[in-house]
Amino acid sequence: MLDGRQRAGTMGEVLDVKGPFVVAPFGETLAELAAERPEIVGLTADMGRYSDILPFARAFPDRYFNVGMAEQDLISIAAGLASTGKIAYCTTYAAFVTRRALDFITIGCAHGRANVKIIAGMPGLVNPYGATHQATDDLSITRLIPDLTVIDPCDATELSQVIRAIADVEGTVYVRNLRGKVPVTLDPDVHRFELGRAKVLAAGSDVGIVSCGFPTARALDVAARAAADGIACGVLHVATVKPFDREAVCEFAAGVERLVVLENHQRSGGLATLVVEALYDAGVQVPLERLGIHERFNECGSQDFIERQHGLDLAGVLRAVMGEGGGDTVAAGSKTDIGGKG
Amino acid sequence: MATREHTSATAHDRGPATDITVEALRGRALELRRLMMRMAAGKGEGYIAQGLGIADALAVVYFRELRHDPGNPAWPDRDRFVLSTGHYSIALYAALTLSEVLSAEELDSFGLNGSRLPLSTFEELEGVEVTGGSLGHGAGQAVGMALGLRLDGRDARVILEVSDGELQEGSTWEAAMAASSFRLDNLIALVDCNGIQADGPMVLDLEPVADKWRSFGWDVEEVDGNDLTAIVTAFDRLRSRDGRPKAIVLRTSPGKGVPTIEARERAHFVRVGDDEWDALKAELEETHA
Ligand SMILES: Cc1ncc(C[n+]2csc(CCOP(=O)(O)OP(=O)(O)O)c2C)c(N)n1
Ligand SMILES: [Mg+2]
Repeated sequence: MLDGRQRAGTMGEVLDVKGPFVVAPFGETLAELAAERPEIVGLTADMGRYSDILPFARAFPDRYFNVGMAEQDLISIAAGLASTGKIAYCTTYAAFVTRRALDFITIGCAHGRANVKIIAGMPGLVNPYGATHQATDDLSITRLIPDLTVIDPCDATELSQVIRAIADVEGTVYVRNLRGKVPVTLDPDVHRFELGRAKVLAAGSDVGIVSCGFPTARALDVAARAAADGIACGVLHVATVKPFDREAVCEFAAGVERLVVLENHQRSGGLATLVVEALYDAGVQVPLERLGIHERFNECGSQDFIERQHGLDLAGVLRAVMGEGGGDTVAAGSKTDIGGKG
Repeated sequence: MATREHTSATAHDRGPATDITVEALRGRALELRRLMMRMAAGKGEGYIAQGLGIADALAVVYFRELRHDPGNPAWPDRDRFVLSTGHYSIALYAALTLSEVLSAEELDSFGLNGSRLPLSTFEELEGVEVTGGSLGHGAGQAVGMALGLRLDGRDARVILEVSDGELQEGSTWEAAMAASSFRLDNLIALVDCNGIQADGPMVLDLEPVADKWRSFGWDVEEVDGNDLTAIVTAFDRLRSRDGRPKAIVLRTSPGKGVPTIEARERAHFVRVGDDEWDALKAELEETHA
């Protein structure tokens, strides 16, 4: 329902004013869903308080299992529960679950398409603890697991829709969680998450930003700023990282002069790599700049401090969009037609 | 840790200083707590409760047990102190400062942007043996160090700290099993049972902790981890090289030494308001007096 709350220049699902916030969208949605579906169980590895699962835990204490700080066991137990017909939503931080429990995700879950939904907290650069807690590599790791679905939602609206949608995905799903007071960027009355489909949120043919996760909100802000300077900047939001919507990316690329890929992940191995692969396979040549986390272990510091260091702050993204550099240019060339290959 | 090579021929033997009195250790523990309060003040986060809880054990480790050379933290013959629980960094930085590996001024950068003293330990910093923060790494690395030291014919010891939360990670027990199989009697584990983890009080039943380590082939003592005499006695009891790795199960109280912090809800992060620190520092002094 378009009712004037939407931001000009966008496709109608972006709210003009950010907010209000939604508190703990993951846990609140899971609690609602679990009321409808008795087969849902929830697990954590000593990260209940920090992963937003507590609304579910309070509503369904019998269906909530805190397995202690044991990420491998978390995933194995979830797989076991799934084998008895449960849909097992489990939570801990992205860094610990993807690095430590990788074999358990790959073989214990994905290989048998276990109905395990991994809701991974603090992905990318979202905390001051440094490299140990920053999952700057989780998209790269998870995208390589066959039969796994990987989703990086951009705001509270989309996250809630994702939490519901994945209950109907037969198999293992990895979701990058947004916790705490999560901003609302997309209008819940208009936006509809569709698994595997990327969405153009803003149109513009001078430059196009392809983004996933919460940086999409920044991409939209940057697009608005660029418009003020006479640059028409489109935004393609890729919520589902795997399976990857190659067609949408190629089509979007064909409609812009330059591409900027923006992600809360290392610049290699994640979204930018997927975009480059898709474009190359389809024979699309378009100048492309990658904005993401540099490949190094990070120092400690606040979110703002670290974002600035990686050029992911508003000014950094704006510079890249205005063609003033900042990112990492990987593929330059003249733009050609995509030739319908996808 | 940074591989500063052993160049000085004067690297001196700084311990074990078993002649230090319990009274002197009490003074050291107080100084550790003062440094931690200074680091934590006004920062909101920083695991002050855990640090205060482990302060007594660290006083014994750094000022009685550990043989190291503050002027040359990479001295190959040093005893290793492996802090597995990386978020106890506040306690380790205090101990490294008091033993003159780090400068006191640097402590004020604790947790700030770009600091060398992040909220969890990074091994680039002199005196830090392993990168912490991702829990459950210390025990295995300590086993490797103990094996390596033995292989090189060095009689240095490895003193490992692990938390009760880390007893839930399988890796800790994999290492415990290996240590006794390899007969690593140059390894001593301090198991800090402070009764809390991220979600509050222990979420799994870990007891009986001491018997678990015994059943893995370790020689075990269990003490009040805030009783210096008991800690010292346990270290002395476990000095023999009889082929078994050693463990001291420490029952510690988070916030020890600052009653207001100790009385606060048993949580992974204690809430301390910016305006409370002066009063809490005064409490530390009064409690010690
Ligand atoms: C491998 C890993 N999993 C999860 C975490 C998140 N985490 C940080 S502290 C903590 C609690 C661990 O228990 P303990 O060390 O006993 O905590 P404390 O006594 O300090 O509350 C958890 C689960 C982590 N740092 N590393
Ligand atoms: Mg604990």
